[in-house]
Amino acid sequence: MIDLIQQYWQQYLWGTAGRPTGLVVTLWLTAASLALGFILALPFAILRVSKTRWLSVPVRVYTYVFRGTPLYVQLLLIYTGMYSLDAVRGTPVLNAFFRDAMNCTVLAFMLNTAAYTTEIFAGAIKATTFGEIEAGRACGMSNYTLYRRIILPSALRRALPAYSNEVILMLHATTLAATATVPDILKVARNASSDYYLPFVAYGIAAILYLCISFTLIWLFRKAENRWLAYLRPVSTR
Amino acid sequence: MFLEGYGPQLWDGTLETIQLALLSLALAFVLGLIGAAAKLSRNPWFSVPANVYTTLIRGVPDLVLMLLLFYSFQDLLNRITDAFNQPQFDIDPFIAGVCVLGFIYGAYFTETFRGAVLAVPAGQLEAGAAYGLTGHQIFRRILFPQMMRFALPGISNNWQVILKATALVSIIGLHEVVKAAQDAITGTSSKGASHAFIFLSVAGLIYLALTSLSNLVFLLLERRYSLGVRQSEL
Amino acid sequence: MDKLIVEGLRKRYGNNEVLKGVSLRAKAGSVISIIGSSGSGKSTFLRCVNLLEQPNAGRILLNGEEIRMVPDKNGNLKVADSRQLRRMRVKLSMVFQHFNLWLHLTALENVIEAPIHALRLSRAEAIARARENLAKVGLNRAIEPMYPSHLSGGQQQRVAIARALTMEPEVMLFDEPTSALDPELVGEVLRVMQRLAGEGRTMVVVTHEMSFARNVSNHVIFLDNGTVEEEGPPDQVFQVQRSDRLKQFLAALIE
Repeated sequence: MIDLIQQYWQQYLWGTAGRPTGLVVTLWLTAASLALGFILALPFAILRVSKTRWLSVPVRVYTYVFRGTPLYVQLLLIYTGMYSLDAVRGTPVLNAFFRDAMNCTVLAFMLNTAAYTTEIFAGAIKATTFGEIEAGRACGMSNYTLYRRIILPSALRRALPAYSNEVILMLHATTLAATATVPDILKVARNASSDYYLPFVAYGIAAILYLCISFTLIWLFRKAENRWLAYLRPVSTR
Repeated sequence: MFLEGYGPQLWDGTLETIQLALLSLALAFVLGLIGAAAKLSRNPWFSVPANVYTTLIRGVPDLVLMLLLFYSFQDLLNRITDAFNQPQFDIDPFIAGVCVLGFIYGAYFTETFRGAVLAVPAGQLEAGAAYGLTGHQIFRRILFPQMMRFALPGISNNWQVILKATALVSIIGLHEVVKAAQDAITGTSSKGASHAFIFLSVAGLIYLALTSLSNLVFLLLERRYSLGVRQSEL
Repeated sequence: MDKLIVEGLRKRYGNNEVLKGVSLRAKAGSVISIIGSSGSGKSTFLRCVNLLEQPNAGRILLNGEEIRMVPDKNGNLKVADSRQLRRMRVKLSMVFQHFNLWLHLTALENVIEAPIHALRLSRAEAIARARENLAKVGLNRAIEPMYPSHLSGGQQQRVAIARALTMEPEVMLFDEPTSALDPELVGEVLRVMQRLAGEGRTMVVVTHEMSFARNVSNHVIFLDNGTVEEEGPPDQVFQVQRSDRLKQFLAALIE
């Protein structure tokens, strides 16, 4: 067991300069997917709550499909499926893109988290009390200003608990990258396990690493909630 | 035919998926009830392990837990059979899948049921006690029906997650939908490209069908358990 | 002969002693009102009688039979025999401030639930009794299949009273039965209670409705700060007003 740790500890955490592996890859995947997903989800959420059918329906279809199918299948489709298409292999840009495991993985994760995040934000926007919107209109705010100053700030705060859940789930989802040969924590664990025939130790270390990241994220979100959702806390009685 | 004769395998895979999901749901449901009872208990011998259970499981990714438990047990089993000079016994991936998924989602169900129990107004239970009903009667006739109403959204959610998580069990060798699709892909690789996309899309559509069906079932269940509750008018 | 005897009930929450030795004797047919300001311990007292709260000290006897209690590790008294407690509770019906009807059951089902499962009546017999009592509280048969959330507060409380009556209790306990009702609905519930009193039922009522305490009950207990400040027949208590606290309490009500 000590040998395994000695041999693999660096790979578990950061790998080598030219080839990062393990913890840094996992964190990078999580952050990149969440950031791109967030950027995509904001406009999508606004479209989703729109009363115009031809704006909201495509988004609804998108979220329905991506939330109704497993991420694993989505990943396989993008990683193996897309590359199998003649159209993709024919075009040099697409060919280069879909050949790279990391690209495919981030794309799949991004589309998936964007779908869930869109629904979370849409729900939060819909929950804006009508009175707040009326007050904004009464002051003569345009729709754009209304969204920017009133609806989105309050919606994003409201979405914080649900979104923090999504962040943790995204962290867990990055383990699928290992199936696409991306060298994240789980891939290192698999390598270590088959190298030393010590599955309990190899996967156990991975589990502990994920636990640590999860706890850190939860702690960070609790602080964020305390700061940004203070106005929702019940008034403490005597 | 565009499925190249792999139709029956995909169908079998779908059935495996459904069976796996249902059995895992059953196990997770039971573990969730026990876990919620333990977590709500005033006895620390019950509540502390329950807390550890939910915290650990929800802090570690499913795939890691699945591989950890599956390969560790297989390894342990191998060592035992070696020690007794017996032939190696391979754990059936279906049973492994049910146990692992059931165990993992038992933690999520614990939270669902715990929240649901806390949502039932205490006055209802008091009235039951005040009128001489036994603890068992109070649970069966008053707490459980009302708890289920609050728990339904959580149960529906967890079910959808379990259904999609079954795809991961293909990684430890179970012949469910994803594995069937992957077998079809390797089986038709000689025939040229594009098949990967088609078969994986079919797998995706199968899941979409299953989740849509589940949504319908839960809509009906919600109606049945919401008797007596005035739906808020929007 | 006393149906209900409560002696020296004490209850403490942490360092706050809410009941400091309260006693009560209810003869058959007596209607006892317990009045007092909020925090005086009235509801706590009533809830100790059917052991929804655990007292720290005291004795409770129903029809001469004492509920056996033993001290537990927190200094409270807990019931020694849970079967005896259930038997006692069956004879003591409670009507709650917030009705506490079972929301997932219809009005009729609410009334027959305890008779079937705690009294072991047959369904037919329970329904027959239930219908009689629903009529007695002024509700017609149309109410039977309706769910509590579709009934007004007054209707719900009357269903709750019917539920209490169908158990054919020795003593009925009312915990501020009209406090959660809109003013225009209070009257219908009080009228039902008056009718029950007229039938000779033994009732212990914690209430803010002074008109009821004065006109319907035959014994009034004024609880203040966990002790019985004054008690006696309504005329004596309301007109003589021996203690200052009672004077203050009644004066504040009129303002």
